[in-house]
Amino acid sequence: MPDIVVKTEDVVKEYRMGSNVLRALDGINIEIQRGEYISLMGPSGSGKSTLFNMIGALDRPTEGEVYIDGQNMSNLSQRQIAAFRCHRVGYIFQSYNLLNVRTAHGNVTLPMIFAGIPEKQRNEKAEKLLDKVGLGDRMYHLPDELSGGQRQRVAIARALANDPSIVLADEPTANLDTITGREIIDLIKQLNTEQGVTVISATHDLKMLDVSDRIVDIRDGLVERIRNRDEIEIEVGEVGGHE
Amino acid sequence: MNQRAPIEEQIDLPFLESLRISFQSLKIRFGRSIITTAGITLGIAFLVSVWTNNEIEFALQESGRSSEIANIDEAAEQGISTKDIWLIIMSLIVCVVGIANSMLMAVTERFREIGTMKCLGALDGFVVRLFLLESGFQGFAGALIGALIGLLGAVILGLKNYGLDLFFYFPLLPASPENGPFQLGVLLLILFGCVLGMVLAVIGSSFPAWRAAKLPPAEAMRTEV
Repeated sequence: MPDIVVKTEDVVKEYRMGSNVLRALDGINIEIQRGEYISLMGPSGSGKSTLFNMIGALDRPTEGEVYIDGQNMSNLSQRQIAAFRCHRVGYIFQSYNLLNVRTAHGNVTLPMIFAGIPEKQRNEKAEKLLDKVGLGDRMYHLPDELSGGQRQRVAIARALANDPSIVLADEPTANLDTITGREIIDLIKQLNTEQGVTVISATHDLKMLDVSDRIVDIRDGLVERIRNRDEIEIEVGEVGGHE
Repeated sequence: MNQRAPIEEQIDLPFLESLRISFQSLKIRFGRSIITTAGITLGIAFLVSVWTNNEIEFALQESGRSSEIANIDEAAEQGISTKDIWLIIMSLIVCVVGIANSMLMAVTERFREIGTMKCLGALDGFVVRLFLLESGFQGFAGALIGALIGLLGAVILGLKNYGLDLFFYFPLLPASPENGPFQLGVLLLILFGCVLGMVLAVIGSSFPAWRAAKLPPAEAMRTEV
């Protein structure tokens, strides 16, 4: 039996802008297995980031349910949702979302502070994680003193601080050049294969295709199709051929 | 890794940890903190200077020395004038509006940071506490500096008007004269200014901080200032 880590049931999200109602998600049903690398793909405004927010408990659906590890997210208390965000999920954003007032090290320790991990332990772990993402020599730099790629590496180290079982990455390569983007994708893929972390990434970066186990194409707030890895490999070849 | 275990409840952080984070934040954001604090300083300086000036005039009038002093303001001889009350009310309004605006801006430009902290597991209450602590420090420091500047301004004006006599009849302590309203005294006035600055700063930041903390993180992070 597949080990389902994320399941959405008829998820609808509407945004109200004055008298207009924008239906960003129009009934999404997907199941994601533990350890999978899933890419949510679609053009801007397709609803992929909105779905990303629903899965990560960063926003509430207007209708429908999201289940993580079999638990209905709408039944959780505020404290449980905070604990969920702290322990179970690591977030990586397009614009890094680092706290500019904290150093790289300070950013990585923050989720561990929220988790109540003692200072010595969290400092050691932050050093280890920053080393792992290749920032061992820039640990005490502020985000403003780092390049885009380096900032995204800090964000990845921060996402891993509390050993999450899911890493959610929203357009993690959108602000990066091709080579740096590739490096970031490889790093995320490495987490997925080495640590068995489930990776769910909203993206429209074609480079993400060949590392994904499945691609969920989102269009107009609906799942247009779901493609498996074998189908993806053929298409990557085609994409490469056209370039 | 936490896999199938039920989702636990998030813990409360110790107060000292909040204190440390808020201090750190003020320190690194020093330039911006100074601007916010300056808003509080100016409001309180204006209030304290107007009020102290008023008390000085009243004390000198009470002492009976006022008629012997050449430059005394005519109005002071009739106790607290309407002009004085008007000035004090105006300075209070400037204080409230100025501080509320400073704090509102300071918190609103940090909505994204609030959203990010919530993504990392911060409880709503923790976010609010952080902002209350920061604004409390800023409010107190700004108001204390403001009160001292206001006092200095009033003393300089007093020296110009009354000369060294000012120091003989300086209204340091509270007094309740028979023929006039209760006088707060400069010491209490400074204390009042500090408390007022702190309370206004905390109130001014608590509403936007609370509102931001209640927002789903995705929405807080979307907010553009």
